[in-house]
Amino acid sequence: MGKLPRVDRRELAAIAAGGAVGAVVRVWIGRHLASADGSWPWPTFLINITGSFALAYFATRLQERLPQSTYRRPLLGTGFCGAYTTFSTMQVEALKLAEVDRYGLALGYVLASVAAGLAAIWLATTIVRRTRVIA
Amino acid sequence: MSDWVWLAVAAVGGVGAIGRFLLDSLIAAHAGRDFPYGTFTINITGALILGALTGSLLAGNLLLIAGTATIGSYTTFSTWMLESHRLAEDREYVRSLLNIALSLLAGFGAAFVGHTIGAHT
Repeated sequence: MGKLPRVDRRELAAIAAGGAVGAVVRVWIGRHLASADGSWPWPTFLINITGSFALAYFATRLQERLPQSTYRRPLLGTGFCGAYTTFSTMQVEALKLAEVDRYGLALGYVLASVAAGLAAIWLATTIVRRTRVIA
Repeated sequence: MSDWVWLAVAAVGGVGAIGRFLLDSLIAAHAGRDFPYGTFTINITGALILGALTGSLLAGNLLLIAGTATIGSYTTFSTWMLESHRLAEDREYVRSLLNIALSLLAGFGAAFVGHTIGAHT
């Protein structure tokens, strides 16, 4: 190990800025939409689906539609959407549901997250690709 | 929630995102981009650490900052889904399905192991 590709400090700053906003928005939603223990984790579910839609929208637009920009992808994609959505919290929430013997709910929660997440990615990608580019 | 907690959430959210970017770049430089090894490694290690933190005695603002904010930003759901979708688009159906199934199984297992370790330390 040890060979790291060249690091662009402004790219890192864009990722940090996007990540800071993503984390704050996620925590804010979690505090305002808190779900009871042992029930469907709505905040994380909604965050992951909306964040997937946003990432596919930004990634497809930046890659296939707009002229190459150096800092929009790290700011909006890697930074904001990456930090706003979360895999670890989803797994720990599923574990907590399983701990109180809600196995069906735990399984349904992760499977529904994946199904809705993929659907959101597909939808955003399709919308961006169908939109006419105004030259 | 006081201002310093929000400031800390923002700061560690940035750190988590940078950590994810650097580790993903490092792994892709060595393992290639045929399979999303980077995101997979990040999500499984993150599930392990968050499991350990929630299993530990950590609570309140400290758990929020170290766990939800830092590890939550380090791991990512959207990139995992985007990479799975793009693999399927490229007709790499087996890799796409493996990326989803292995992440779900290993992620849950890692959260469980982490939680057990956290509860015993």
